[in-house]
Amino acid sequence: MPNPDPPEPIDPETTATLAARLEAASQAHLGRALAIRHINTGSCNGCELELRALQNTFYDLERFGLRFVESPRQADVLLVTGPLTRNLKVALEQAWDSAPEPKWVVSVGDCAVDGGVFKGSYAVLGGTGNCVPVDLTVGGCPPTPARVLAALRTLLEANAK
Amino acid sequence: MISATDIIRSAAAEVCRPWLRHILPHADWTALAQAAPAEAWTLLAHWADTVQAHALFLDPEALRIVPVSTPVEAGRYPGLSPHIPSASLYERMVHDLWGHIADGATDLRPWLDHGNWPLSPPMATRPETRPPGGPPLLTGPEQDDAMIVPLGPIWGRLDEAAHLRLTLHGPYIRQAESLLGFTHKGALTMMRGKSPRTAARFAARLAADATVAHSVAFAHATESAMDVEVPQRAIGLRMVMMEIERIAVHLDNLTEVARLAEAGTVRTKCGTLREILLRATAAAFGHRLMMDCVVPGGVAADIAENGPETILRALGAIASEIPALRRLHDGPALSSRLLGLGRTPGATSGIAGRAAGHAFDVRTHFAPGYGSLLPRVAVLRDGDAAARQHLRLLEIEESLRLIGLTLDLLPSGPTTAALPQASGEGIGCAESSRGDVWHWLRLDHGQIAAVFARDPGWAQWPLAERALRRVEAEDVDLVRASLALPASGVDL
Repeated sequence: MPNPDPPEPIDPETTATLAARLEAASQAHLGRALAIRHINTGSCNGCELELRALQNTFYDLERFGLRFVESPRQADVLLVTGPLTRNLKVALEQAWDSAPEPKWVVSVGDCAVDGGVFKGSYAVLGGTGNCVPVDLTVGGCPPTPARVLAALRTLLEANAK
Repeated sequence: MISATDIIRSAAAEVCRPWLRHILPHADWTALAQAAPAEAWTLLAHWADTVQAHALFLDPEALRIVPVSTPVEAGRYPGLSPHIPSASLYERMVHDLWGHIADGATDLRPWLDHGNWPLSPPMATRPETRPPGGPPLLTGPEQDDAMIVPLGPIWGRLDEAAHLRLTLHGPYIRQAESLLGFTHKGALTMMRGKSPRTAARFAARLAADATVAHSVAFAHATESAMDVEVPQRAIGLRMVMMEIERIAVHLDNLTEVARLAEAGTVRTKCGTLREILLRATAAAFGHRLMMDCVVPGGVAADIAENGPETILRALGAIASEIPALRRLHDGPALSSRLLGLGRTPGATSGIAGRAAGHAFDVRTHFAPGYGSLLPRVAVLRDGDAAARQHLRLLEIEESLRLIGLTLDLLPSGPTTAALPQASGEGIGCAESSRGDVWHWLRLDHGQIAAVFARDPGWAQWPLAERALRRVEAEDVDLVRASLALPASGVDL
């Protein structure tokens, strides 16, 4: 088996901005670990395929203290994919309501950022931000696992500051 | 009773390249629905446009594809489901999207339409605005004291959004009922009125685990409709991409099933091999999943200069691990969980069909390019989850062989053909890792007037409802993963 990839450098500017926003509430509640609940709001499954790759030996996200959990009640982070279809709006609202404070929302993929190619369709609302407040966005169709991992680590670092 | 072939022979026909689409009056349409099951004709797809209802049949005896249509009169057409049960989900979709009512249909509850769209029906000539809110989507349980387990639409760890309602009898599932439509994005409406080149981006995003297969089937349908010849090099590159996609998705599935069955070694090995392949693919074609790499008329870009070597090196790594993976699937960790689980007797297509003795694969007859390579279709008999995982390993081996051959014989030359502003109608197909994909479209001066995409998921969900009966409730995720149940491709 090959060794894991060496970690990539982190953008200091995003880190500082996020740190300022998170500082007030997060420190008391969170250490250097984040539990992530994935919420699919109508993705074509491309983002999920790449998110699953985060668990292979090359990215191994658990070594950073990041892990996927099965309930929003256990989650620090809601990781949202998909253009937010009208048929899944209630599901996202319920997930957001049931995640404990403090909580962070990360939109992953062009669809979740602003609806992507499906912007303007009668069936989609066009991005996570139309329903819940978003803290961080990761563009790409789909974003590579390396990009998602870098974003999640930014959040982790900001959180620990 | 009059035979299906006779009904077709006497009908008027329109050109729908590469075949003829037969226009049947209502009486003949119903007669065909009655004759089809008796002659083992398979319903591949059923859809509509604003004035006609369409169906696509496979005649397994003559190995030919038969498109048929019937007019929609005053919003109604005769339903197929009284004679062909698998037509039911399609009829519900046709009602939700176009508003046509299938007379005599066994079930006309909403399927894609959950009462949340501002327009209804969205694909009708004049959709009406309406307030939110709709009828209940699932009927109540058969008996009041039954134990009901609702799963989804948000479920699992990194899964597609769909709803499955299980009625339990002790620890066993007595009945499983699915509800889809959550991820409906209006893809068909977005494709209408666009050029095929622009609409290809939506075809590529119907289902990411079959993005190449959907792109190829869509490109095929377009090229047939326009009567355009695709350069040989593009056909070769498409085949390489399709087979890479098959290997990558099968490896992802093997990883996921191993995770759920707690078989750590298989999970790690397959996850690693998939990543090696995706990195080689990114280097060769510029995108890890090859999204938008196939376009109508050819391929978006030629393979990178050292692409073939990069791909072959990754394939070598996979080939060397196949014997070990096969041994591990026979070992106690996996076989104790998978043997006898989620049987699919009577499945006729895709992995589930071939794992249960039914050798249907469109690569052998209908998909262009494959003919000279004589693809070998692996078939197993048992039809359980263990057979499906073994079949995936066999299919990976065959794809390795096909990619090697294709890259060896790859002709030089152009990779795209120019697309004329033509009118016409065409059908295209491809074998995705989950089963056969079919695309139909009608072009009006180079723009899409009507389109439909049939994902294999239309056949997979009814099959899953049957396969889940009498399975222990705690194994539901494992059965679902081994059947690779999709949502987005079916939700459109």
